[in-house]
Amino acid sequence: MAETLLALRDVSVRRGESTALQVSSLDIHAGEILAVIGPNGAGKSTLLRVIGLLQTPTTGKVYFAGEEATRTNALLLRRRMASVFQEPLLVNASVYDNAALGLQMRGLRADAIERRLRPWLERLGIAHLASRRARTLSGGEAQRTSLARALALDPKLLLLDEPFSALDPQTREALLLDLQRILSEAAVTAVLVTHDRNEAFMLGKRIGVLKAGRLLQLGSNLDVFMQPASEAVAEIVGVDNRIAGVVERVADGAATVCFNGGVARVFGRFAPGAKVILCIRPEDIILSHPGKKQPGSTEWNYLQAKVAGVSPWMLQYRLRLECGKVFLVAFIDRSSFLELGILEGNEVMASFSPKAVHVIESPRA
Amino acid sequence: MQLIWEGTVKAFELVFGGNAEVWQITGLSLKISGIATLVSLLLGIPLGIALAMTRFPGRALAVASINTGMGLPPVVVGLFASIFLWRSGALGFLELIYTPTAMIIAQVIIAFPIIAGLTMASFQSLNPNLGLQLLGIGASKPQLLWLLCKEARLPLLAAVMAGFGGVISEVGASMMVGGNVRGQTRVLTTATVLETGKGNFDIAIALSLILLALSFALNFVLTHIQQREQLRWPKLS
Repeated sequence: MAETLLALRDVSVRRGESTALQVSSLDIHAGEILAVIGPNGAGKSTLLRVIGLLQTPTTGKVYFAGEEATRTNALLLRRRMASVFQEPLLVNASVYDNAALGLQMRGLRADAIERRLRPWLERLGIAHLASRRARTLSGGEAQRTSLARALALDPKLLLLDEPFSALDPQTREALLLDLQRILSEAAVTAVLVTHDRNEAFMLGKRIGVLKAGRLLQLGSNLDVFMQPASEAVAEIVGVDNRIAGVVERVADGAATVCFNGGVARVFGRFAPGAKVILCIRPEDIILSHPGKKQPGSTEWNYLQAKVAGVSPWMLQYRLRLECGKVFLVAFIDRSSFLELGILEGNEVMASFSPKAVHVIESPRA
Repeated sequence: MQLIWEGTVKAFELVFGGNAEVWQITGLSLKISGIATLVSLLLGIPLGIALAMTRFPGRALAVASINTGMGLPPVVVGLFASIFLWRSGALGFLELIYTPTAMIIAQVIIAFPIIAGLTMASFQSLNPNLGLQLLGIGASKPQLLWLLCKEARLPLLAAVMAGFGGVISEVGASMMVGGNVRGQTRVLTTATVLETGKGNFDIAIALSLILLALSFALNFVLTHIQQREQLRWPKLS
């Protein structure tokens, strides 16, 4: 296990009567990128402010490199971190002066600032804008300036609060790819909070899921996305199909689960009679002509379905399928869509492999 | 019309002819109002920042008082300052009545709420998350305040202009607590009132023109600084 750079212990933030954040323990390891996802109002920004020593929690302690943060050492510890927010929050000065701000605060001389800053302006593709006034920048350029300002500080811990969400999709993708490359090259330890699953999955090697101020799950990005620990996590990581059922028969490491309108075969050891939730990603549902089965896959689950809704997605279609009394969401690419002649009200065969089903046991209501 | 023309000619004679008394009056006006503005800045900027950035019980009352103070009639200030500074008044022992110091005190009471109110407004116009961002790249508390002031520098300049403009041009309070004593507390505005009363319109016009020129020169410099940094509006048809 890598060394812990920053640790939260029994941290809570209360706002009046309500609890905005309640984290009993969170360790950020040196060298890792931790992404925290959650819906709006989950406490993501509050969490990041507590980590960045910008907000004192109501209870609990924050440790940076083993040292407890107090009023007296807060500035010193804060200066080993750097924050980037959703809005670029630049001051009314040139791009260069904005990017140099943090280095100036640390009392560096002009030539030292130039040496530290120039490579970052170049890496972020804004060196040619150095003398431009910050107020005349586009959203993407401004956010690159804000990133350069933070990265030039060579922070031990970089804190990113939804840095891409105010950008248009193209700008966002370009910046996301650049940042991914820069973070891995520079081996920066970072915490990213976002509501965007793709960003979280792309940047975060480890992912935390936050809802109503509580960390519901913390694990590798694949674990969290493929094996959500609860229905709430499943919803946040984009598992649109969550079917409540009961384990019927158990044999040879597999089980048959009955749900309202059908049965499904899943892998794993379960007690008969156990209440479970079947989680299936929309991408894992395959559609075919009615009655047609997948070649050579006898174990697959098949459901007769009626197309209840069609929404065009980017290069795909998002379908809402009615299978007896449960509804499923499936994605289908354009060529299959045309080949199957999908129309609202048509019958199709929906199938999914038992391997594609993640089972959550004894779900809470 | 002839009166104004003659007055203007006389004014130029007085100003450029090196009339010692006119220059003394002008100098004293600048000194008193300059010091009053400076003191008002020292008091008003911190108060304005505190009102903009913090929440405390009684804040609404404080803000309402400051806003009322921004429109305080100088004669009312003069009246209450006189009552306190009067020889038998609560602060009479200081023996300040009819001194330049008394005038500075009265002018601070006039300018300080203007500067505090405009400072508060200028800080409230900043993005509230800017402070968090500056701390987030390692600002200390003094650095934070300095950078926020720098960011609000344009509206703060407006506060300086409004404060100085308010006190250099007021007459009521200066007259009441200064007494318009020749050579000691006579300033441009009180002298203008006196000369007009005596029917010496030429001198009165001369003094008024000096006052206007001072106001204009100061505002021109500050406006130039302020406008230099404004973004240009696109042409709206």
